[in-house]
Amino acid sequence: MTQSIRKASRRRVLAGMAAAGAAAATGFVPTRFAIGQQAKIRLGLMLPYTGTYAALGKNIDDALRLAIHEKGGTLGGRDIEYVTLDDESDPAKGSDNANKLVARDKVDFMIGTVHSGVVMAMVKVARDTNTMLVIPNGGVGAATGALCAPNIFRTSFSNWQPAYAMGKVAADAGRKRAVVISWDYAAGKESTDAFTEAFTKGGGKTEKGLFLPFPGVEFQPLLTEIAALKPDVVYAFFAGGGAVKFVKDYAAAGLKKAIPLVGPGFLTDGTLEAQGEAAQGLETTLHYADDLKFAKDKTFRAAFKQATGRDADVYAVQGYDTGTLLISGLGAVKGDVKARDALVDAMEKTVFDSPRGRFTLSKAHNPVQDFYLRKVQGTENRYVRVAVKALADPATGCKMSA
Amino acid sequence: MSDSLAFFLIQVLNGVQEGLLLFLVASGLTLIFGIMGVINLAHGSFYMLGAYLAYAFATLTGDLWTAILIAVPLAIILGLALEVVLIRPLYGRDHLYQVLLTYGVILVLEEIRSLLFGDDVHGVTVPAFLDFSVPLKDALTYPAYRLFLSAICLAIAGAIWWLIRYTRLGMAIRAGSTNREMVQSLGIDIAWVYRAVFALGVALAALAGMIAAPVASVFPGMGNDVLIVSFVVVVIGGIGSIKGAFLSALLVGLADTFGQIYLPQLSGMTIYVLMAAVLLWRPAGLFGHAGAG
Amino acid sequence: MRPTRHRLLLLTAFVLLALFPLLAGTFYLQLFAKIMIMAIFAMSLDLLVGYTGLVSFGHAAFFGIGAYALFVLSPQYAAASLYLSLPAAIGAAAAAALVIGLLVLRTSGVSFIMVTLAFAQMLFFYVMGSRPLGGSDGVYIYVKPSTTLFGWTPVSLDRPAGFYYLVLAVLAASYLVLRFVTRSLFGHALLGIRSNESRMRALGFATYGYKLAAFVIAGAIAGLAGYLDAAQFGFVSPDLFGWRLSGAVLMMVILGGMGTLYGSVLGAFALVLLQDGLTDVTRHWLLPFGLFIILAVLLLPRGIGGLVHRAEKAHG
Repeated sequence: MTQSIRKASRRRVLAGMAAAGAAAATGFVPTRFAIGQQAKIRLGLMLPYTGTYAALGKNIDDALRLAIHEKGGTLGGRDIEYVTLDDESDPAKGSDNANKLVARDKVDFMIGTVHSGVVMAMVKVARDTNTMLVIPNGGVGAATGALCAPNIFRTSFSNWQPAYAMGKVAADAGRKRAVVISWDYAAGKESTDAFTEAFTKGGGKTEKGLFLPFPGVEFQPLLTEIAALKPDVVYAFFAGGGAVKFVKDYAAAGLKKAIPLVGPGFLTDGTLEAQGEAAQGLETTLHYADDLKFAKDKTFRAAFKQATGRDADVYAVQGYDTGTLLISGLGAVKGDVKARDALVDAMEKTVFDSPRGRFTLSKAHNPVQDFYLRKVQGTENRYVRVAVKALADPATGCKMSA
Repeated sequence: MSDSLAFFLIQVLNGVQEGLLLFLVASGLTLIFGIMGVINLAHGSFYMLGAYLAYAFATLTGDLWTAILIAVPLAIILGLALEVVLIRPLYGRDHLYQVLLTYGVILVLEEIRSLLFGDDVHGVTVPAFLDFSVPLKDALTYPAYRLFLSAICLAIAGAIWWLIRYTRLGMAIRAGSTNREMVQSLGIDIAWVYRAVFALGVALAALAGMIAAPVASVFPGMGNDVLIVSFVVVVIGGIGSIKGAFLSALLVGLADTFGQIYLPQLSGMTIYVLMAAVLLWRPAGLFGHAGAG
Repeated sequence: MRPTRHRLLLLTAFVLLALFPLLAGTFYLQLFAKIMIMAIFAMSLDLLVGYTGLVSFGHAAFFGIGAYALFVLSPQYAAASLYLSLPAAIGAAAAAALVIGLLVLRTSGVSFIMVTLAFAQMLFFYVMGSRPLGGSDGVYIYVKPSTTLFGWTPVSLDRPAGFYYLVLAVLAASYLVLRFVTRSLFGHALLGIRSNESRMRALGFATYGYKLAAFVIAGAIAGLAGYLDAAQFGFVSPDLFGWRLSGAVLMMVILGGMGTLYGSVLGAFALVLLQDGLTDVTRHWLLPFGLFIILAVLLLPRGIGGLVHRAEKAHG
C-alpha cells in the first residue's frame, strides 16, 4: 500500500518537474534569429477586436495592413509578422496584455489602442521595457504629455484637440450655457475639460458635467436632467456603440429639436448608418471629414473600400497613417530596429500627405493638424470649414517639447 | 405644475420603469432561489440569451414580436435541458458547488453566444408602431416604447400574482418557499414543481432581455451586470417572496435613478448601501422568512 | 497520508518552486509569481470558507485595499519602503475587515454571502468615482517598493527573479501561519462553528468573536496578497474590488478543495495555468474552461485536493 503511494507521489513529483521544465524551456526557445536582419519584424497589434469599440479596432487593423501592403508588404526591406491581441477595451487587463506582447511574444513594435485607459497600460510597459509604441487612436493626453518618451508616437490626436476646437466653435457661435456629458473615464474627462477650456475662453460657461460609468448606455435619467437644465448647447463625448445609442436616445427624448448637440467627431464617425435620422444635421469637429478634397484622400477611400468593402472613417485613416509612419521610419534605417536613435529621429522628422491633410508631428510626438467643422448629411460627415488651423496639443508636462 | 416638480416626476417615471424591468428578471431568480434552494448564477445569462435571440430573430424576420414568439419557447427548452442535466445533480449539495457550477455555465453560455452571434454591440430597432415619443414638458418627450415596456412588466407582474394566488402550482410555490421539506413529505411531486419553477424563471429572464433590447442595447457581458443587481433586489425583498421582489425592484430602480442625478460621485454605490442597510435591519429581507435559504 | 509523507510532498513542491527561476524566462517568472499571489489570496479565503464555514463573496474588498494602500503610500516618482508600506497595507486591510466584519457577521447563510458582496461592491463604486484614486481607468505606481534597510538592499524587486523570491517567501510564511492557526485550539473551534454553530454556542464558545477573528485574519492576508499584486505590475484599478475577482478566488478554493490550505494553492495553479494555456489555443477559451469547471463539480465532489485525500484513503 505504501508502495503505491510512493509511486503516486513520485509520479506527481516527476510530472511537476516535467511541467516546470517544459514551461521554462519555452522561455528559452529563441523566437527569432539573433543574427542580422533576416528575421521578420514583429508588429504587436493590441486592439479591441470585441466589444463596443470592435468596429474601430477592425478598421485600424485593416488600414494599417493596407498601407504596408501598398508599399510592397515589407518594412525597410524586411518581412513582417503580425501578432494580434484583443484588449477588450479593458484597462484592468491592459498591463497583463501589453506585458504578454513584450515579454512573451517579443514584438519590435507595440501598436494600440482605442480605449485611453488601455493606452496608459501600454505607455507604462513601453516606458518600462523601452519598446517602441505607436498609438493609432487613444487620445489620453499623458501619452504625449507628462509621460511622453522618445519611443512613444501617436498618429491620431489627443482628446484635448477636437474638444478644444469645438469649444471655440460653440463660443464663437454665441452660445453661453453648456452642459457636457460623457463616460466617467480619462478620455471623457479630458475631452469635456478641453471643451470647457475653450468655451470659457470664448465667454461661455459650462453649467454642469454629467458622467456615467463606462460603458453604460442607460442615458434616460441624464437626458431628463439635461431637459431640466435647459442649456444653449450640449457637448457629448461618446464613441462606437455608445455614440450610436446616445444620439438616438437624444433624438427620441425630443431634445434634438430644442437644444443643439455637438461633440468631437467620434460621435458621428463610423456610426451614421446605425444612427440614421437622429444624426442628421449634427455638427462635430475632427481632423477628418468624409468629403475632403485632397487627392490622397480620394485614392485612400477607394482603396479601403475595395480592400474591405466598408467605407473609410477617421479610425481607418489613423491606422493607415500608422503604417505610413512605420514605412518611413524603418525605411530610413533599412529595417534595423536596433538602430533606435536613428529610427526615432527618422520617425520624428516624417512629413507626408495623409488622407486628412498634411501630417507632421509635434516635439511630443503628437500630430499637429487642422481641425475641420463637419455637418452630418445622409451617411456622411460633410466638410463645412476649418475650425482651427494647425492645432497642437499643449503637451503639458512633456519634457521633450522644451 | 412647476418645472422642478414636473422633472422630478419624470425622474420617478424613469426609476419606476427601470424597477419594473428589474422585477421581471428578479422574480425568476427569487422563485428559483426560494423554491428550489438553488443559487443560479447563470440567471443573467438567460437575460443575455433572450436579448441576443431577439436580435437574431428580429433581424431574420424583421419583426420583434415574431422574434419574441419564437425565442421564448427556445429559451424555455434550453432552461429545461439545463435543469435536467446540470441543476438536478446539485439539489442538496452545498450551495458552494451550485455557485461554482452555474459560474461555469455562465462562461460556457457566454462563449456559445460569442460563437453564434459574434462580439459586437448591436441595436434592436423599436417596433414601428411604437416608434414615437409622447410629449411631456417643454422640449422633453418620452419614448412610447418605454411606457409600453412598463405596461408589459406590470401585466406580467399581475399574471404572476394570479398564478401564485389562484393556481395549484402557486400553492405549491407558496408552501415550498416556507418549508421545502414539508412540501415533499406531503407527497407533492416536488420534481415537477421544480421543473416548472425553473422553466418559469428562465422564461421571465429571457423575456426581460428580449423586450428590453430596443432600449438597452445588446452587448457581450450584459448578463453579468443584470445578475448582480437582481441578486441585490432578491436579497432586499426577501428570498422566495414575489411581493418582496416587486417592492424591492421599484426601490432599487428609484434609488439608482436618483442616485445618478443627485449623488453622481456615489451613484454606483447607492443600491449596495441600500441593501446593506436593509439587511442589517432585517437579515431575511423585507418579506423574507428566517428559514429560507 | 502520514504526516511525514505529506510534509515531504510539500517540501518538494517548495524546493521546485525555489529552483524555478534558474530555468524559467521572464514571462513565466512573472506568471508564477502572479499564481503564487493568487494562492496566498485563496488560502486566506479558505480559512473563512473551508474552516469557519463563512462563504464570503466579497473577499476581493481586502485584496483591493492592500493594493490601493501601496498606491496611496507610494510617492509619485520614488520608491516606498517595503518595511513600512507592507505592514501598513496589512494593517489597513485588517482594520477594514474588523469594521466590515462587525457588521456582516450579524447575518448568516445566503444573506452573509450577499452582504459581503455588497460591501465589496460599495468599495468598488467608491473607488470608481474617486478622481484622486484614479477612477475607472485605474492608476499607476511608477516605482516598485524598495527593500533597502539601513543602506543594505537584500533584493531588487525590479528584477523578476527578485520579486518572485519575495512572493515565494511570503507564500511559505502565510502557509505556515495559517497552518499554525488552523491546527491550534482556535482553529478547532472554527471547525466546530462550521459544522454546528449553535452547538458551539451551547458549549459556551463566543462564536461571534471567533468568527470575527477569523474574518480579520483572512482579510489581513488578503490585503497582503493585494499589496504584492499592486507591486508586481504597478497598476491598480477598481476591478481589484470586483465581484469577478471574488468569484475567481472562491473558485480556486472550492475547486482546489476547501479545508485544506494546500488545496487552495493547487486551485490557484490549476485555474491560472489553465486560463493561460487555453488563451493561446483559442480565443473562445472560456468554453473549455467553463466545461472544465462544470465537469469538475459534477465529478470531483471534493475538488482537486479531494483527489489527494482519496489517494491517501485508498492507500491506508
